[in-house]
Amino acid sequence: MMIMQQNTWIPLFPEQASTFAGDVDLLYFYLIAISAFFTIGIVAAIFFFVVKYREREAFATPKEIHGSIALETLWSIIPFIISMTVFLGGAIVYYNQYRVPDEAMDVYVVGKQWMWKIQHATGQREINELHVPVGRKVKLTMTTEDVLHDFFIPAFRTKMDVVPGRYTTMWFEATKPGKYHLFCAEYCGLNHSGMGGWVYVMEQRDFDNWLAGNVSGQTPVEAGRDLFENKLGCASCHQGGKDQRGAVLEGIFGKEVKFTNGQSAIVDDAYLRESILNPGAKIVEGYQPIMPTFKGQVTEEQLVQLIAYIKSLSGDAGTTSQTAATAAPKASPEAAANSNMPSSETKGGN
Amino acid sequence: MQNVDAINLENIKEEAPVNYLTNGFTLRSWLLTKDHKRIAIMYLLSISVFFMLGGLYASAIRLELLTPASDLLESGTYNKVFTQHGVIMVFLFLIPAIPAVLGNFLIPLMIGAKDLAFPRINLLSLYIYWIAGALIVFALLQGGVDTGWTFYTPYSTTFSNSYVMLVGLGVFVNGFSSILTGLNFIVTIHTMRAPGMTWFRLPLFVWAQYATSLVMILGTPVIAITVLLLALERLVGIGIFDPAIGGDPILFQHLFWFYSHPAVYIMILPGMGVISELISNFSRKKIFGYEFIAFSSIAIAVFGFLVWGHHMFVSGQSIYAGLVFSFLTMVVAIPSAIKVFNWSATLYKGSISYDTPMLYGLFFLGLFMIGGLTGLFLGSVGLTVHLTDTYFIVAHFHYVMVGGQVLAYLGGIHYWWSKMTGKIYSEFWGKISAMLVFVGFNLTFFPQFILGYLGMPRRYASYPPEFQVLNIFSTAGASILGIGLTLPVIYLTYSFFFGAKASANPWMHPGLEWRTSSPPPTENFDVPPVVTWEAYEFGEESGLDIEGARKSVVAPTV
Ligand code: HEC
Ligand SMILES: [Cu+2]
Ligand SMILES: [Cu+2]
Repeated sequence: MMIMQQNTWIPLFPEQASTFAGDVDLLYFYLIAISAFFTIGIVAAIFFFVVKYREREAFATPKEIHGSIALETLWSIIPFIISMTVFLGGAIVYYNQYRVPDEAMDVYVVGKQWMWKIQHATGQREINELHVPVGRKVKLTMTTEDVLHDFFIPAFRTKMDVVPGRYTTMWFEATKPGKYHLFCAEYCGLNHSGMGGWVYVMEQRDFDNWLAGNVSGQTPVEAGRDLFENKLGCASCHQGGKDQRGAVLEGIFGKEVKFTNGQSAIVDDAYLRESILNPGAKIVEGYQPIMPTFKGQVTEEQLVQLIAYIKSLSGDAGTTSQTAATAAPKASPEAAANSNMPSSETKGGN
Repeated sequence: MQNVDAINLENIKEEAPVNYLTNGFTLRSWLLTKDHKRIAIMYLLSISVFFMLGGLYASAIRLELLTPASDLLESGTYNKVFTQHGVIMVFLFLIPAIPAVLGNFLIPLMIGAKDLAFPRINLLSLYIYWIAGALIVFALLQGGVDTGWTFYTPYSTTFSNSYVMLVGLGVFVNGFSSILTGLNFIVTIHTMRAPGMTWFRLPLFVWAQYATSLVMILGTPVIAITVLLLALERLVGIGIFDPAIGGDPILFQHLFWFYSHPAVYIMILPGMGVISELISNFSRKKIFGYEFIAFSSIAIAVFGFLVWGHHMFVSGQSIYAGLVFSFLTMVVAIPSAIKVFNWSATLYKGSISYDTPMLYGLFFLGLFMIGGLTGLFLGSVGLTVHLTDTYFIVAHFHYVMVGGQVLAYLGGIHYWWSKMTGKIYSEFWGKISAMLVFVGFNLTFFPQFILGYLGMPRRYASYPPEFQVLNIFSTAGASILGIGLTLPVIYLTYSFFFGAKASANPWMHPGLEWRTSSPPPTENFDVPPVVTWEAYEFGEESGLDIEGARKSVVAPTV
């Protein structure tokens, strides 16, 4: 809706709605300026030469000009310097996009031919829509159940491939409430061009109301605990105190773990994923290789939940989602108080 | 400049009694020929057929994109159409076009040899190319392929139900044609130069072909291996790329682009070679900075192998990989910039005429420059996160591939047409079509840069309505471009049958290919040439009767 209002007859420029947009656009204009400078310069020179030195006599033999080392050096060095400024500018912008800030709010994304399944740390689930608050850093942890996809929000000037068998992450901070395109930018088969939706950026208060109106059963951590303790039976080995057969999972996230083969690794999302799907690959020191593989028995979404739960056992990651989860119900009385405004905004967007 | 009849080299007979075209008329005399010129002509015909087929697919794409909804083609069909457009244009047109047609025809003539070093292998390359083409066309008739020309896994190995293996086999087989052609050129250039034809007397076209051949023989095996691995996974189920069976999908991208980025240079370097010839001939001057143009080709060939990762900035590769590939991409842009500066400087104080080939040459300069500069946008990693996989990419590589290679190819075909066929085409229609191509091309692809920045992803059968206006421009441009590209087929064919006879050296150019009759005899030269002049020495020192030629010019053109 916002986009439509801003449209002129021919749109030339996408809306700026994230903290990256300004930097990326600056780089873009810088490059346009460079391009215009060289293109106009060279085209003008060519025009001038072509007219001034046009053929005046058939088969003339103009004096030979062999070349000029000075000129060659000049027009190697100047483009090199300019291209280095372009490189540096790009590197800085990229660095900001690549480094996910610690305090970002977690959202999990699972791509699937041809839809986006989104899960908030507070338990809300959405399909082909993503609601986020304005002015808050949001981190997406993404994977896919089938082929490659790519999560692309042009108004935020960022995108990231979604790769089967691993987690990729991206982050952004929206700066302007509104409704923005979400596209799949990596070709994924039949309905690739239909695999999109909308990102709704809302004022924090509206977002809280939205959360309150959408509390759906379990948060990922709760769902993960349920899987862990009941449905998948991880607890039979991993809980029980001193003489449990499975490795201790409390407090391991972000710490180093040693393996029987003498190597070690830092526990992160990718490591937890591998431990569940392919436990035989790395055996934790002091334990027997008895953990069965859960490959084919858990969906990508369940994996995300299990990992969220295991992370919650290490304090930090757990507390943020815990507080967020408790924050949501608190917002609900307010939501009831002024329900008409924000909810109509959300609905109207659809 | 085209009606010159006189030339003073004793050893050129104006009308060779038998030239390579009249030396045998049976089908057998063509299909079993060892003559590089006849092989080049057969390539010319086959490549034109594939170009038109690819063009038909392009028209279907542009028509579908006229409206936001996928109405003309449903998305399944659309996916096949853009895949086949890409596969045919890249593997069956762009890669072989200039080397197999112009390179084949001209390298022996330019260096003063009777033929390529391995004439039979040359014929074999053509047959391999035909087999590859037949496999791919057969796959299309069976129902086609829908993976995109990039065959990304695991879609191509596990999910696609289309004829991936058949097309993959076609690409695999086609690679051998490239490798053999490259090998043949390298050996020929090393061993068969005429006496006096030193390395620095070689036309820059030959240098460019040499650099291209290097990339062909070093890069092509990698795509062959990649396709083989893909086949192992798809047919036998060995987990190489699909994580569900223990593979790594990103590995495929590394392998694919390790070939396909250098392949971009297989597609553009030969075009740069043609442009050097055109600019120099039509300003009648030695190319400015000959050595710099020659060595920049080699530099591009070498550095081209180090930048494949710039296709994978958002694939999840590490930040260090992203930065290193971005840096190297900036470096590889410099040799191309050097070329553009040198070409432009060649015009300075020249004697410039604007025949059709030169129009193509000048248009190339403009379009290639935009293609190259937008390459900087895409090499700048922070910006490309937004731009990659959008129409910006589509526009960029069409500026380089079509604005670059196709224009150079057309310029070359026009420039050497009289040599290849002995006939003169209509200069009027030549200029009209060159201008239509230029205008149509810009109208088609410039709006796509804007679409890309707005965020329209590539390979979309349907798109949000606010992108429609720019798409309409693009489709309108494509129809002009289509007309511009169809015209040469008509007037060139017409001239082949009904055109006026061309002289041996209509441009009064010192190059060896112009010092034999048009069309040349099967043996190329009646008397083996000895080179005593420098490259691009347009004066009388190179033994050309300039005065005589001037007198016999009926009416100066332009
Ligand atoms: C049969 C007992 C058993 C079951 C059931 C089991 N595990 Fe394990 N698990 C182990 C053992 C033993 C280890 C340590 C040896 C190894 O690394 O394989 C381990 C290791 C792990 C590790 C790596 C811990 C570290 O410190 O690096 C993770 C994570 C894990 N399991 C998660 C799970 C989850 C999630 C489930 C349920 C889906 C589960 N396990 C079910 C026995 C079990
Ligand atoms: Cu997709
Ligand atoms: Cu590349």
